[in-house]
Amino acid sequence: MMIIAAGLEQTYSSLGRALRVLDDINLTVEPQGFVAVVGPSGSGKTTLLGLLAGLDQPTAGSVELDGHHLGLLTEDERARIRAEKVGFVFQNFQLIPTLTALENVLVPVELRRVLTRRSVGNEEQRARDLLARVGLADRTHHYPAQLSAGEQQRVALARAFANEPKVLFADEPTGNLDSETGRTVIDLLVQLNSEERTTLVLVTHDNELAGRARRVVRLSGGKIVSDQITRPG
Amino acid sequence: MRKPYAITMARREGRSSRRRLGLYMGSISLGVAAVVSINSFRANMTDAIHGESRALLGADLELRSLRPFPSTVQGVIDSIEAQGTPTSYVTTFASMALAKKTGKTRLVDVRAVTGGYPYYGSIETVPPGQWQTIQSSRLALVDPSVLVQLDVAVGDTLSIGTAAFVIHGVLSKVPGELAFFAALGGRVYIPGAYLGETGLLETGIRTVHRAFFAFENDETLDELMGQHETLLQDNQVRHDTATEREQDFVQALDLMARFLGLVGLIALLLGGIGVASAVHVFVKHRLPTIAVLRCIGAPQSTVFSIYLLQAGLLGTLGAAVGVALGVVVQLNLPRILQDFLPLDVPVSIEWITLLTGLLIGTWVALIFAVLPLLEVREVAPLRALRREFDDSQRTGVKRYWAHAAILATMISLSLWQAPNWTTGAAFAAALAVTTALLWLIAWVAMRITRRLFPRRAPYAVRQGIANLYRPHNQTVAVTLAVGFGVFLITTLYVSQRNLLSQVELDSSPDRPTLLLFDIQRDQKDSVEQIVSSLGFPLLGTTAVVPARISRVRGRPVAQMLNDTINPPPNRWPLTREYRNTYRDSLAGSEKVVAGEWWSRGEAGRRPETAVPLISIEEDLARQLVVSIGDHVTWDVQGILIDTEIANIRQVDWARFEANFFVVFEPGVLDEAPQTFVITTRVADAVARAELQRDLVLAFPNVAAIDLTSVQETVEAVLDSVAFAIRFMAFFSIASGMIVLVGALATSRYHRIRESVLLRTIGARKGLIRRILITEYTSLGVLAGLTGVALGSVAGWAAITYMFRLQFDAPQSSLLVLWLAVVLVTAVIGLLNSRDVLGKTPLAVIREMSD
Repeated sequence: MMIIAAGLEQTYSSLGRALRVLDDINLTVEPQGFVAVVGPSGSGKTTLLGLLAGLDQPTAGSVELDGHHLGLLTEDERARIRAEKVGFVFQNFQLIPTLTALENVLVPVELRRVLTRRSVGNEEQRARDLLARVGLADRTHHYPAQLSAGEQQRVALARAFANEPKVLFADEPTGNLDSETGRTVIDLLVQLNSEERTTLVLVTHDNELAGRARRVVRLSGGKIVSDQITRPG
Repeated sequence: MRKPYAITMARREGRSSRRRLGLYMGSISLGVAAVVSINSFRANMTDAIHGESRALLGADLELRSLRPFPSTVQGVIDSIEAQGTPTSYVTTFASMALAKKTGKTRLVDVRAVTGGYPYYGSIETVPPGQWQTIQSSRLALVDPSVLVQLDVAVGDTLSIGTAAFVIHGVLSKVPGELAFFAALGGRVYIPGAYLGETGLLETGIRTVHRAFFAFENDETLDELMGQHETLLQDNQVRHDTATEREQDFVQALDLMARFLGLVGLIALLLGGIGVASAVHVFVKHRLPTIAVLRCIGAPQSTVFSIYLLQAGLLGTLGAAVGVALGVVVQLNLPRILQDFLPLDVPVSIEWITLLTGLLIGTWVALIFAVLPLLEVREVAPLRALRREFDDSQRTGVKRYWAHAAILATMISLSLWQAPNWTTGAAFAAALAVTTALLWLIAWVAMRITRRLFPRRAPYAVRQGIANLYRPHNQTVAVTLAVGFGVFLITTLYVSQRNLLSQVELDSSPDRPTLLLFDIQRDQKDSVEQIVSSLGFPLLGTTAVVPARISRVRGRPVAQMLNDTINPPPNRWPLTREYRNTYRDSLAGSEKVVAGEWWSRGEAGRRPETAVPLISIEEDLARQLVVSIGDHVTWDVQGILIDTEIANIRQVDWARFEANFFVVFEPGVLDEAPQTFVITTRVADAVARAELQRDLVLAFPNVAAIDLTSVQETVEAVLDSVAFAIRFMAFFSIASGMIVLVGALATSRYHRIRESVLLRTIGARKGLIRRILITEYTSLGVLAGLTGVALGSVAGWAAITYMFRLQFDAPQSSLLVLWLAVVLVTAVIGLLNSRDVLGKTPLAVIREMSD
């Protein structure tokens, strides 16, 4: 899946003063690419991720996601594209506390079935398989509060891949984990990504994580200051 | 077939919200219980009256006259009886009864019965079955209160006039009469055969003559009424059929039940506010989940449905609990309201009412839940990435519709529950105005607090007071919840206090405590002499002249009554018997509001040919549609006297004095047949009893009203009324408490965060506690004061405009009420925040980051 951002600009106004968070971002992500967006705090990484995923509308510029111009769609139409084609991994896991691990993984699958009237076969079996692949086969009926941080992020990984997304957006996926656990999660993420042939856009501070990407885009002050291919795809 | 996604998610999500939303259930349950119980009871009561309508009258037809039946009417009665229709006579009058054994006296309501009355239902006695036995000899059945006040027992002798009767039993139930009478009334049933022996009928005392009939079939009754309607009307004989009596009772009791229902409705609407704040808190907790759902592609409508389904389900559950609770209350209502009921009300389940309660409860829960739930639609998916993302752009139009739906619900429910459209509309308007005022006052108070902020106050006080207007403050929510509850309590209390204070006897020496009436012209001097000789003051001697209205502004009354094009607004003032007086000066309880009082000099000195002047009471003037200068012709014992209205008076009827609708100028009625009322003041109860005994022995026809016992009776009646209202108001107050807890919970989340931050940077628990105390005390002060003030205004309006009485604010009691509200608010606030103080900062921070 191709992502094309052209002339992206995001300005927030606070107390009557305009704050330009992103400035003239032009970025193309190739299908099945693996891009890490890095940069200091406040450089606009997360804002860029939100715009690329269609979670917010840019002040100027456009985003094209798998051929869809996000700016031309309504919020519900963008939601439908997310449900069908996009997976998310968050820094603070964002599991739904009232659902078990299995139910959390099922949420996007069932949602896609409802929206597209298209089933991916045995939904629950796929959810169980994913949980097994992240090493949590015996934790399916645990609630998030009963899981460790690493386990919670692994459930989140299983959820992110549950609806066979074409692109996965990850926002500091190791930010809330110790380095040992973080490494396990990165390994799983990279492994699932290549198995599922997903495009991966990753925002991170973590140099080790960024090092695993095939391309590193560096932001500073809302602008792209470097864009390097670190290893050939 | 798979279940829709929203239902699956609602079910999964709801697992943990059930406990959190329990509060929400509770607040709707109380309201539903109040509405279901009173409406079920109303249905039961209507059924009961319908089933026993004949027993309410004791017959199919009653004829009633203030004079012995005129010969023409008596002829009709005799012919009916001759056709084999069972016929009874009941003669009723007020008289003094003297207990021979104890020498005590009291005014009793004597009823002399001949024939088989009552034909339907039965008069129950203790010991049972005495009703049938008293007919044949000089026996009496009396109310229990007669025994108590005369200090006698069954078997003792009672003198009425010159006759004596042995008390044969106690009345426990008389069909068609309110249970009040058993406790307070002074009914004495005697056999009609011995009525003549009392010698009282010849003294001209006010007597009501009644005839009762039991017909074989309704056609006979209808035919008879059609035939003699005009004759009865011309002779001022009133009639009442079982059906008419049934309608009267249904109307009166329906009115009472509907008014109580309105009080219950307040509980339901308060419950709605409780739902709104509980759902608000719930949505706040669910924001991260909602953001994630939106982020991974759930459409707005799906997410909204997930939560609306949960709210609807819990609303239905809350309403169902309310219905069950309502049935429990319904089972007990007949006992609580028994004093007002003319018959036993058998309790049965009213399925329609229960279903209506369930639907209304669910609807109110849903409609109040929608407003905070709209926030769900507004959650931006970006929030999943950025917790602090501000997604407060409001979908204004939807909010507008939600508010409109709440308003429409409030108005429809008021109209549905109220006895008529006017009352319903007034009730809805009062609710709306009160809510708007509470909101406005909270808003103004926030403004003022910000402007007049006590900058030099101690840190805790400054923090606590600043919490009143900071973002996420709870000022409006608490003022609404507490203010409404306090408003209700204050209105009820202030009105009750004022009504009671009106009947409190003035202790000043010129105020009477004893009213002696039915004194004949030739007895007047002797009675005055007895009173003065015992050293009691004669506070006034007033003549009473019975009369009826014959013409108004030249039009004969009969013609006015039969006018079908322009019927009189009210028949009662045209057909009733008046007890008029004449005097040259105004009484203390009177005030001229239009025209002029005749001055002392001119009274009786105007030309013989001049039309005599009268003064008329303002309400009567309104009902007769007459004003100054209009002529009214009176029938005084057969002699017609034309009069002109000289002025209109306002009369304070609550003052226990001899008050009159119509006062003649002196010199006109001096020679007319009349009796006298003498008032005196005897402070000591024993002396009062002795004076009454002496008078009864000397003049058996002279009746005395002990105003002290009248006052006690009125107080007892008002107490019962107040109890019934308070019982229904209890639901509102309980709902109000739940709403208060809910309102405080709304901002609890932010309070905890603030306190934890303060504690993290080193604040002690004591400081946090002082901040919270300052905040909740201020809220209590504001909400309590607003509620008390608005309630006092409502009470003042009710007393001044509805009861037309002088208003007096019970200041010290209101102050106590206010302080109690402050205390309760502070205590509930502190209890609600106890885990803010109990947990370590780290534990709370962890909890909040989840």
